[in-house]
Amino acid sequence: MSIKQISIFVENKPGRLAEITEILAKNNIDIRALSIADTTDYGILRLIVSNPDEAVEAIKREGLAVSATEVLAIGIPDVPGGFAKAIKVLAESGISVEYAYAFITPSIGTAYVILRVEDNAKATKALEAKGIKLISQMDIFKN
Amino acid sequence: MSQYFNPEIETASREYLSALQSARLIKMVYNCYNNVPFYKKKFDEMGLKPQDIKSIEDITKLPFTVKQDLRDNYPFGLFAVPKDKLVRVHASSGTTGKQTVVGYTKGDIEIWSEGTARAIVAAGGKKEDYIHISYGYGLFTGGLGLHYGAEKLGATAIPVSSGNTNRQIQILQDFGSDIICCTPSYAMFIGETLKEKGIDPKELPLRAGIFGAEAWSENMRKEIEKSLDIKAYDIYGLSEIAGPGVAYECSEQNGMHICEDFFYPEIIDPDTLEPLPDGTFGELVFTCIGKEALPLIRYRTRDISAISREKCACGRTLIKMQKPKGRSDDMLIIRGVNVFPSQVEHVILSLGMEPNYQIIVDRINNLDVMTVCIEMSDKMFSDSVKGIEEVERRISSSMQATLGVSAKINLVEPHSLPRSEGKAVRVIDNRKI
Repeated sequence: MSIKQISIFVENKPGRLAEITEILAKNNIDIRALSIADTTDYGILRLIVSNPDEAVEAIKREGLAVSATEVLAIGIPDVPGGFAKAIKVLAESGISVEYAYAFITPSIGTAYVILRVEDNAKATKALEAKGIKLISQMDIFKN
Repeated sequence: MSQYFNPEIETASREYLSALQSARLIKMVYNCYNNVPFYKKKFDEMGLKPQDIKSIEDITKLPFTVKQDLRDNYPFGLFAVPKDKLVRVHASSGTTGKQTVVGYTKGDIEIWSEGTARAIVAAGGKKEDYIHISYGYGLFTGGLGLHYGAEKLGATAIPVSSGNTNRQIQILQDFGSDIICCTPSYAMFIGETLKEKGIDPKELPLRAGIFGAEAWSENMRKEIEKSLDIKAYDIYGLSEIAGPGVAYECSEQNGMHICEDFFYPEIIDPDTLEPLPDGTFGELVFTCIGKEALPLIRYRTRDISAISREKCACGRTLIKMQKPKGRSDDMLIIRGVNVFPSQVEHVILSLGMEPNYQIIVDRINNLDVMTVCIEMSDKMFSDSVKGIEEVERRISSSMQATLGVSAKINLVEPHSLPRSEGKAVRVIDNRKI
């Protein structure tokens, strides 16, 4: 079970991030999680949004470079060692994590971690075997 | 001590030069007509016979040759001699990955070496001197061109080639080089490195430098002369005609004497192709009246210059050309290497990418830096930095391989590069030369 992340190419220019996120706002798209990978010249804005297909279309209409990627989302208890336990499962299965970012939902005491791995199916299998819960697109926006 | 390498020619009367040029042009025209199918076809199409050319004044009857003709006849199609007469080829990078190939007979190497020997003597060079050559050796004509000139003069060539500045400086100190030959930007770089190392240029035996293969200004001359404590002389050439030494500067340092006994110059209007009077800036055209292997007729250099036939205070009578002040095409010279925007476009297209690009050239710490901005497309984009860096690396290594010079790749947002009146602005040259 994977969820769709959208990635947008953003040049390092003042105000650019505001302009791009305004496009999403205008299209009534809700952002649940985001991360920015930054380099000297550009950044990659990665987003988990309420309606990724619509978001991709809206971003494309503005002439930006955008892609949709299937990533994994896991739910872990918001306690010390929660993340370590999950990531250890992947390490033991020889699965490397390209990048990860997290957000918490205080109301239910759960942290969500977005994981980008090479092989989603293999990672899913390894995580589920150890009882780590994978989250669907719907779950993320339920709470 | 002679101040000329070849006083008979360098101070000859105009009548003598003109008679020599006429005789050589006539011989050359027959050579081209009889041995180069490309020229025979051109002559026949124009209804021109070799016997129609009776003196150097008739040169305007002859057709022009352009760089594209060399490409169309790649690699050896314009050579006028059989293989057993060839002794050398050189090449420079060209568009669409094809190089411009030039060939030399033994006689052609003698002519070329004579040109660079004249340049070395005009810069004060003597038989006793060590000539430090920091131009690249190889297919590029810079290194071997000056090398053969130094040997022809009977001086000692030090074939250091380009790069490794610490070693350059060590040789300048330990061998006691008298004259250095390199690009002006590299001379500036050596000067700065000396300063950083706390080496006083006055303690070096170095007296003069011969600098070419790229544009430089009077301000750069002053800086180089100060930072290396030398006299700095300009040299002009292009591989299609011979290489460096087609024209060279004398003690007057105000223009370059053309070896017009081998390379006959004209200035034309690049639009109408009509000859322009002396002193007027236009496109420089050369006819290789002394050469055997690649005797190009009225080759359009694309360099914008002006010529003067007035006798120089140095005593030379050879025509003088002004330092080229631009190009009549879009060619860029990056660290001495010729780069056409179309080559950059070709690389981008060959990688299956959209040709939405812009070339920005800067001079940073006296070295040319070329940045190619390319608009990101969905096809090139990836959600990981690793993926994008891989794309950058592919473009960059392909640029290096095709252009022969490195370029920094800067990926920008789609539709972010300026377009004026629907036409893309391909080149921004920020160099203040």
